[in-house]
Amino acid sequence: MHELDLARNIVELAVEAAERLGAAKVNVVHLKVGRLAGVDPGALHFAFDVATADTLLAGARLEVIDVPLVVWCAHCLTEVELPQVNHFYCPACGTAAGEIRQGRELEVASLEIET
Amino acid sequence: MTTRIVEVRAGVLRKNDELARALRTRFEEAGVFVVNLVSSPGTGKTELLQRTLTELRESGQRAAALVGDLETDNDAQRLATSGVPVRQINTHGRCHLEAEMISQHLDSWDLASLDYLFIENVGNLVCPASYDLGEALRVALLSVTEGEDKPLKYPTIFNSADSAVITKVDLAEACEFDRERAIAAIRSVRPGMPVLEVSAKRGTGMAAWLADLEARRLAWRQGRPGGAST
Ligand SMILES: Nc1nc2c(ncn2[C@@H]2O[C@H](COP(=O)(O)OP(=O)(O)O)[C@@H](O)[C@H]2O)c(=O)[nH]1
Ligand SMILES: [Mg+2]
Ligand SMILES: [Zn+2]
Repeated sequence: MHELDLARNIVELAVEAAERLGAAKVNVVHLKVGRLAGVDPGALHFAFDVATADTLLAGARLEVIDVPLVVWCAHCLTEVELPQVNHFYCPACGTAAGEIRQGRELEVASLEIET
Repeated sequence: MTTRIVEVRAGVLRKNDELARALRTRFEEAGVFVVNLVSSPGTGKTELLQRTLTELRESGQRAAALVGDLETDNDAQRLATSGVPVRQINTHGRCHLEAEMISQHLDSWDLASLDYLFIENVGNLVCPASYDLGEALRVALLSVTEGEDKPLKYPTIFNSADSAVITKVDLAEACEFDRERAIAAIRSVRPGMPVLEVSAKRGTGMAAWLADLEARRLAWRQGRPGGAST
Protein backbone atom coordinates (compact mmCIF):
# COMPACT_ATOMS: atom_id res chain seq x y z
CA MET A 1 0.00 0.00 0.00
CA HIS A 2 1.40 3.34 -0.97
CA GLU A 3 -1.69 5.43 -0.30
CA LEU A 4 0.04 7.30 2.52
CA ASP A 5 2.83 8.31 0.12
CA LEU A 6 0.23 9.41 -2.39
CA ALA A 7 -1.72 11.34 0.26
CA ARG A 8 1.46 13.17 1.24
CA ASN A 9 2.07 14.09 -2.39
CA ILE A 10 -1.50 15.33 -2.70
CA VAL A 11 -1.14 17.47 0.41
CA GLU A 12 2.16 18.89 -0.81
CA LEU A 13 0.68 19.82 -4.20
CA ALA A 14 -2.45 21.27 -2.66
CA VAL A 15 -0.60 23.31 -0.04
CA GLU A 16 1.70 24.68 -2.74
CA ALA A 17 -1.26 25.72 -4.88
CA ALA A 18 -3.26 27.09 -1.93
CA GLU A 19 -0.36 29.25 -0.77
CA ARG A 20 0.19 30.54 -4.28
CA LEU A 21 -3.48 31.51 -4.39
CA GLY A 22 -3.34 33.15 -0.99
CA ALA A 23 -5.90 30.79 0.51
CA ALA A 24 -6.66 31.04 4.21
CA LYS A 25 -8.28 27.65 4.22
CA VAL A 26 -8.88 24.68 1.93
CA ASN A 27 -12.32 23.10 2.18
CA VAL A 28 -12.18 20.45 -0.52
CA VAL A 29 -9.58 18.71 -2.67
CA HIS A 30 -11.02 17.30 -5.87
CA LEU A 31 -8.95 14.33 -7.01
CA LYS A 32 -9.29 12.49 -10.31
CA VAL A 33 -8.68 8.78 -9.91
CA GLY A 34 -8.69 6.62 -13.03
CA ARG A 35 -10.19 3.17 -12.67
CA LEU A 36 -6.87 1.69 -13.77
CA ALA A 37 -4.73 3.92 -11.55
CA GLY A 38 -4.28 1.08 -9.07
CA VAL A 39 -5.38 3.21 -6.14
CA ASP A 40 -7.85 2.23 -3.45
CA PRO A 41 -10.03 5.30 -2.73
CA GLY A 42 -11.01 3.97 0.71
CA ALA A 43 -7.39 3.70 1.84
CA LEU A 44 -6.68 7.07 0.25
CA HIS A 45 -9.42 8.80 2.28
CA PHE A 46 -7.99 7.39 5.46
CA ALA A 47 -4.44 8.36 4.51
CA PHE A 48 -5.60 11.83 3.50
CA ASP A 49 -6.93 12.53 6.98
CA VAL A 50 -3.59 11.46 8.44
CA ALA A 51 -1.52 13.47 5.96
CA THR A 52 -3.52 16.71 6.27
CA ALA A 53 -3.18 16.97 10.05
CA ASP A 54 -1.25 20.10 11.10
CA THR A 55 -1.14 21.51 7.57
CA LEU A 56 -3.04 24.23 5.76
CA LEU A 57 -5.33 21.42 4.64
CA ALA A 58 -6.32 20.33 8.14
CA GLY A 59 -10.03 19.56 8.11
CA ALA A 60 -10.26 19.57 4.32
CA ARG A 61 -12.38 16.97 2.57
CA LEU A 62 -11.15 14.71 -0.21
CA GLU A 63 -13.60 14.31 -3.08
CA VAL A 64 -12.73 11.55 -5.51
CA ILE A 65 -13.82 11.97 -9.11
CA ASP A 66 -13.92 8.52 -10.70
CA VAL A 67 -12.51 8.46 -14.21
CA PRO A 68 -13.80 5.56 -16.28
CA LEU A 69 -11.53 3.31 -18.35
CA VAL A 70 -11.87 4.38 -21.97
CA VAL A 71 -10.09 2.70 -24.88
CA TRP A 72 -10.01 3.10 -28.64
CA CYS A 73 -11.76 0.38 -30.62
CA ALA A 74 -10.03 0.00 -33.97
CA HIS A 75 -13.02 -1.88 -35.33
CA CYS A 76 -15.81 0.50 -34.27
CA LEU A 77 -13.47 3.46 -34.89
CA THR A 78 -14.59 5.10 -31.68
CA GLU A 79 -13.73 5.42 -28.01
CA VAL A 80 -15.54 2.96 -25.79
CA GLU A 81 -15.85 2.70 -22.03
CA LEU A 82 -14.84 -0.65 -20.57
CA PRO A 83 -17.09 -1.88 -17.77
CA GLN A 84 -14.24 -3.99 -16.30
CA VAL A 85 -10.57 -3.10 -15.85
CA ASN A 86 -9.37 -6.63 -16.60
CA HIS A 87 -11.24 -7.29 -19.81
CA PHE A 88 -9.87 -5.21 -22.67
CA TYR A 89 -12.43 -6.14 -25.29
CA CYS A 90 -14.82 -3.69 -26.93
CA PRO A 91 -18.25 -4.18 -25.32
CA ALA A 92 -19.93 -3.42 -28.65
CA CYS A 93 -18.03 -5.69 -31.05
CA GLY A 94 -15.78 -7.90 -28.90
CA THR A 95 -12.53 -6.82 -30.55
CA ALA A 96 -9.45 -6.67 -28.33
CA ALA A 97 -8.85 -3.00 -27.57
CA GLY A 98 -5.74 -1.98 -25.67
CA GLU A 99 -5.17 1.64 -26.59
CA ILE A 100 -6.02 3.52 -23.41
CA ARG A 101 -7.50 6.98 -23.80
CA GLN A 102 -8.54 7.54 -20.18
CA GLY A 103 -8.47 5.73 -16.87
CA ARG A 104 -4.91 6.01 -15.56
CA GLU A 105 -5.31 9.52 -14.10
CA LEU A 106 -4.18 10.38 -10.62
CA GLU A 107 -4.45 14.12 -10.49
CA VAL A 108 -5.38 16.95 -8.16
CA ALA A 109 -8.06 18.53 -10.37
CA SER A 110 -9.15 21.51 -8.28
CA LEU A 111 -9.42 22.99 -4.81
CA GLU A 112 -12.23 24.72 -3.01
CA ILE A 113 -10.51 27.48 -1.07
CA GLU A 114 -11.40 30.43 1.10
CA THR A 115 -9.60 33.70 0.55
CA MET B 1 -14.07 35.37 3.29
CA THR B 2 -14.96 34.26 -0.17
CA THR B 3 -15.18 30.64 -1.20
CA ARG B 4 -14.16 29.65 -4.70
CA ILE B 5 -13.08 26.66 -6.72
CA VAL B 6 -9.75 26.86 -8.52
CA GLU B 7 -8.29 24.47 -11.07
CA VAL B 8 -4.95 22.89 -10.19
CA ARG B 9 -4.54 19.92 -12.56
CA ALA B 10 -1.35 18.51 -11.08
CA GLY B 11 -0.35 14.87 -11.36
CA VAL B 12 0.09 13.32 -7.95
CA LEU B 13 3.18 11.44 -9.14
CA ARG B 14 4.56 14.48 -10.93
CA LYS B 15 7.88 14.50 -9.08
CA ASN B 16 8.59 10.86 -9.77
CA ASP B 17 7.53 11.26 -13.39
CA GLU B 18 9.89 14.20 -13.86
CA LEU B 19 12.81 12.35 -12.29
CA ALA B 20 12.04 9.27 -14.36
CA ARG B 21 12.06 11.36 -17.53
CA ALA B 22 15.48 12.74 -16.61
CA LEU B 23 16.73 9.22 -15.94
CA ARG B 24 15.38 7.97 -19.25
CA THR B 25 17.27 10.74 -21.07
CA ARG B 26 20.41 9.85 -19.17
CA PHE B 27 20.06 6.16 -20.04
CA GLU B 28 19.41 7.03 -23.68
CA GLU B 29 22.49 9.23 -23.85
CA ALA B 30 24.59 6.51 -22.24
CA GLY B 31 23.09 3.89 -24.57
CA VAL B 32 22.21 1.53 -21.73
CA PHE B 33 19.03 -0.53 -22.09
CA VAL B 34 17.19 -0.54 -18.76
CA VAL B 35 14.82 -3.35 -17.81
CA ASN B 36 12.46 -3.15 -14.81
CA LEU B 37 11.30 -6.55 -13.49
CA VAL B 38 8.06 -6.59 -11.51
CA SER B 39 6.15 -9.44 -9.86
CA SER B 40 4.84 -10.82 -6.57
CA PRO B 41 7.41 -11.81 -3.97
CA GLY B 42 8.80 -15.25 -4.79
CA THR B 43 7.90 -15.35 -8.49
CA GLY B 44 11.53 -15.87 -9.40
CA LYS B 45 12.88 -12.43 -10.32
CA THR B 46 16.23 -12.98 -8.62
CA GLU B 47 16.62 -16.50 -10.00
CA LEU B 48 15.90 -15.36 -13.56
CA LEU B 49 18.13 -12.34 -13.19
CA GLN B 50 21.03 -14.33 -11.77
CA ARG B 51 20.98 -16.67 -14.73
CA THR B 52 20.43 -13.81 -17.17
CA LEU B 53 23.40 -11.84 -15.83
CA THR B 54 25.63 -14.90 -15.90
CA GLU B 55 24.73 -15.81 -19.46
CA LEU B 56 25.06 -12.22 -20.67
CA ARG B 57 28.50 -11.95 -19.11
CA GLU B 58 29.60 -15.23 -20.66
CA SER B 59 28.49 -14.02 -24.07
CA GLY B 60 30.52 -10.83 -23.69
CA GLN B 61 27.67 -8.42 -22.95
CA ARG B 62 28.14 -5.83 -20.24
CA ALA B 63 25.36 -5.81 -17.68
CA ALA B 64 24.71 -4.52 -14.17
CA ALA B 65 21.81 -4.78 -11.75
CA LEU B 66 20.02 -2.88 -9.02
CA VAL B 67 17.84 -4.90 -6.70
CA GLY B 68 15.15 -3.54 -4.42
CA ASP B 69 13.98 -5.18 -1.20
CA LEU B 70 12.51 -3.82 2.00
CA GLU B 71 15.46 -5.16 4.00
CA THR B 72 18.58 -7.38 3.60
CA ASP B 73 21.11 -7.60 0.81
CA ASN B 74 20.50 -11.31 0.26
CA ASP B 75 19.37 -10.83 -3.33
CA ALA B 76 22.34 -8.61 -4.19
CA GLN B 77 24.62 -11.35 -2.85
CA ARG B 78 22.85 -13.97 -4.98
CA LEU B 79 23.10 -11.76 -8.05
CA ALA B 80 26.75 -10.88 -7.41
CA THR B 81 27.69 -14.53 -7.99
CA SER B 82 27.11 -13.80 -11.68
CA GLY B 83 30.24 -11.64 -11.60
CA VAL B 84 28.60 -8.40 -12.78
CA PRO B 85 28.25 -5.17 -10.76
CA VAL B 86 25.22 -5.33 -8.44
CA ARG B 87 23.80 -2.91 -5.91
CA GLN B 88 21.11 -3.47 -3.32
CA ILE B 89 18.49 -0.81 -2.62
CA ASN B 90 16.80 -1.21 0.76
CA THR B 91 13.50 0.63 0.82
CA HIS B 92 12.94 0.20 4.60
CA GLY B 93 9.23 -0.33 4.45
CA ARG B 94 8.47 1.29 1.10
CA CYS B 95 6.70 -1.21 -1.09
CA HIS B 96 8.17 -0.15 -4.44
CA LEU B 97 11.20 1.49 -6.02
CA GLU B 98 11.04 5.15 -7.00
CA ALA B 99 13.03 7.05 -9.62
CA GLU B 100 14.89 8.94 -6.91
CA MET B 101 16.16 5.70 -5.35
CA ILE B 102 17.49 4.66 -8.75
CA SER B 103 19.40 7.88 -9.32
CA GLN B 104 20.84 7.72 -5.82
CA HIS B 105 22.30 4.29 -6.55
CA LEU B 106 23.98 5.04 -9.87
CA ASP B 107 26.93 6.97 -8.37
CA SER B 108 30.30 6.13 -9.93
CA TRP B 109 28.83 3.63 -12.35
CA ASP B 110 29.93 4.31 -15.89
CA LEU B 111 26.58 3.84 -17.60
CA ALA B 112 28.08 4.34 -21.04
CA SER B 113 30.14 1.19 -20.56
CA LEU B 114 27.01 -0.93 -20.04
CA ASP B 115 24.73 -2.66 -22.54
CA TYR B 116 22.08 -3.60 -19.98
CA LEU B 117 20.98 -2.36 -16.59
CA PHE B 118 18.43 -4.55 -14.84
CA ILE B 119 16.27 -3.34 -11.98
CA GLU B 120 14.61 -5.96 -9.79
CA ASN B 121 11.68 -4.14 -8.21
CA VAL B 122 10.30 -4.86 -4.74
CA GLY B 123 8.04 -7.92 -4.85
CA ASN B 124 4.59 -6.36 -5.04
CA LEU B 125 1.87 -6.44 -7.68
CA VAL B 126 0.30 -3.11 -6.80
CA CYS B 127 2.52 -0.12 -6.16
CA PRO B 128 5.44 -0.60 -8.62
CA ALA B 129 2.89 -0.15 -11.42
CA SER B 130 2.61 3.58 -10.70
CA TYR B 131 6.30 4.41 -10.48
CA ASP B 132 8.18 4.98 -13.69
CA LEU B 133 11.90 4.30 -13.16
CA GLY B 134 13.02 5.58 -16.54
CA GLU B 135 13.22 2.03 -17.88
CA ALA B 136 13.03 1.18 -21.57
CA LEU B 137 11.30 -2.13 -20.89
CA ARG B 138 9.01 -3.27 -18.10
CA VAL B 139 8.61 -7.01 -17.72
CA ALA B 140 5.93 -8.55 -15.49
CA LEU B 141 6.63 -12.05 -14.19
CA LEU B 142 4.04 -14.67 -13.27
CA SER B 143 5.02 -18.07 -11.88
CA VAL B 144 3.13 -21.27 -12.57
CA THR B 145 2.66 -21.70 -8.81
CA GLU B 146 0.68 -18.53 -8.18
CA GLY B 147 -2.49 -19.08 -10.15
CA GLU B 148 -3.41 -18.41 -13.77
CA ASP B 149 -5.76 -15.57 -12.90
CA LYS B 150 -3.22 -13.29 -11.18
CA PRO B 151 -3.29 -10.81 -14.08
CA LEU B 152 -7.07 -10.50 -13.75
CA LYS B 153 -6.66 -9.71 -10.05
CA TYR B 154 -3.85 -7.20 -10.60
CA PRO B 155 -4.66 -5.67 -13.98
CA THR B 156 -2.89 -2.35 -13.44
CA ILE B 157 0.60 -3.80 -13.21
CA PHE B 158 0.19 -6.33 -16.01
CA ASN B 159 -1.30 -3.62 -18.18
CA SER B 160 1.65 -1.35 -17.45
CA ALA B 161 4.19 -3.94 -18.61
CA ASP B 162 5.61 -4.30 -22.12
CA SER B 163 6.01 -8.05 -21.94
CA ALA B 164 5.29 -10.95 -19.62
CA VAL B 165 7.34 -13.94 -18.55
CA ILE B 166 5.83 -17.09 -17.08
CA THR B 167 8.41 -18.50 -14.66
CA LYS B 168 9.10 -21.89 -13.03
CA VAL B 169 7.68 -23.85 -15.95
CA ASP B 170 9.55 -26.91 -14.59
CA LEU B 171 6.82 -27.00 -11.92
CA ALA B 172 3.92 -26.60 -14.35
CA GLU B 173 2.80 -30.20 -14.31
CA ALA B 174 2.93 -30.57 -10.53
CA CYS B 175 0.77 -27.43 -10.22
CA GLU B 176 -1.60 -28.51 -13.00
CA PHE B 177 -0.81 -25.17 -14.54
CA ASP B 178 -3.22 -24.20 -17.32
CA ARG B 179 -0.96 -22.41 -19.76
CA GLU B 180 -3.69 -21.29 -22.17
CA ARG B 181 -5.71 -19.81 -19.36
CA ALA B 182 -2.72 -17.88 -17.99
CA ILE B 183 -1.86 -16.43 -21.40
CA ALA B 184 -5.51 -15.52 -21.99
CA ALA B 185 -5.58 -13.75 -18.61
CA ILE B 186 -2.44 -11.77 -19.46
CA ARG B 187 -3.82 -10.73 -22.84
CA SER B 188 -7.21 -9.90 -21.34
CA VAL B 189 -5.54 -7.06 -19.41
CA ARG B 190 -3.08 -6.19 -22.19
CA PRO B 191 -4.14 -7.28 -25.67
CA GLY B 192 -1.30 -8.70 -27.76
CA MET B 193 1.19 -8.79 -24.87
CA PRO B 194 4.23 -10.92 -25.80
CA VAL B 195 4.54 -13.85 -23.40
CA LEU B 196 7.69 -15.89 -22.80
CA GLU B 197 7.98 -19.06 -20.72
CA VAL B 198 11.08 -19.96 -18.74
CA SER B 199 12.54 -22.10 -16.03
CA ALA B 200 15.55 -20.28 -14.67
CA LYS B 201 16.37 -23.38 -12.61
CA ARG B 202 16.51 -25.73 -15.57
CA GLY B 203 17.41 -23.24 -18.28
CA THR B 204 14.27 -23.91 -20.31
CA GLY B 205 13.34 -20.90 -22.44
CA MET B 206 16.47 -18.95 -21.46
CA ALA B 207 17.72 -18.72 -25.04
CA ALA B 208 14.42 -17.28 -26.25
CA TRP B 209 14.32 -14.82 -23.35
CA LEU B 210 17.86 -13.62 -24.04
CA ALA B 211 17.22 -13.38 -27.77
CA ASP B 212 14.07 -11.35 -27.13
CA LEU B 213 15.96 -8.98 -24.82
CA GLU B 214 18.72 -8.50 -27.36
CA ALA B 215 16.26 -7.87 -30.20
CA ARG B 216 14.47 -5.28 -28.08
CA ARG B 217 17.73 -3.66 -27.04
CA LEU B 218 18.89 -3.33 -30.64
CA ALA B 219 15.50 -1.94 -31.73
CA TRP B 220 15.67 0.55 -28.87
CA ARG B 221 19.18 1.62 -29.87
CA GLN B 222 17.97 2.30 -33.40
CA GLY B 223 14.97 4.21 -32.16
CA ARG B 224 16.42 6.39 -29.44
CA PRO B 225 17.24 10.03 -30.20
CA GLY B 226 20.65 10.33 -31.82
CA GLY B 227 20.36 6.60 -32.18
CA ALA B 228 22.17 4.04 -34.22
CA SER B 229 25.36 6.00 -34.83
CA THR B 230 26.64 5.90 -31.23
N1 LIG C 1 11.51 -24.94 -9.42
C1 LIG C 1 11.86 -23.68 -9.64
N2 LIG C 1 12.02 -22.85 -8.61
C2 LIG C 1 12.37 -21.59 -8.85
C3 LIG C 1 12.55 -21.08 -10.17
N3 LIG C 1 12.86 -19.78 -10.10
C4 LIG C 1 12.88 -19.47 -8.79
N4 LIG C 1 12.59 -20.56 -8.03
C5 LIG C 1 12.55 -20.62 -6.57
O1 LIG C 1 11.51 -19.76 -6.10
C6 LIG C 1 11.90 -19.13 -4.89
C7 LIG C 1 11.79 -17.62 -5.07
O2 LIG C 1 12.67 -17.21 -6.09
P1 LIG C 1 13.31 -15.77 -6.13
O3 LIG C 1 14.15 -15.69 -7.36
O4 LIG C 1 13.95 -15.45 -4.84
O5 LIG C 1 11.99 -14.86 -6.29
P2 LIG C 1 11.82 -13.27 -6.20
O6 LIG C 1 11.25 -12.97 -4.86
O7 LIG C 1 10.83 -12.93 -7.28
O8 LIG C 1 13.14 -12.64 -6.43
C8 LIG C 1 13.31 -19.58 -4.60
O9 LIG C 1 13.24 -20.64 -3.66
C9 LIG C 1 13.82 -20.08 -5.94
O10 LIG C 1 14.78 -21.09 -5.81
C10 LIG C 1 12.39 -22.01 -11.25
O11 LIG C 1 12.52 -21.70 -12.44
N5 LIG C 1 12.02 -23.29 -10.93
MG1 LIG D 1 14.25 -11.23 -5.29
ZN1 LIG E 1 -15.71 -2.20 -31.10
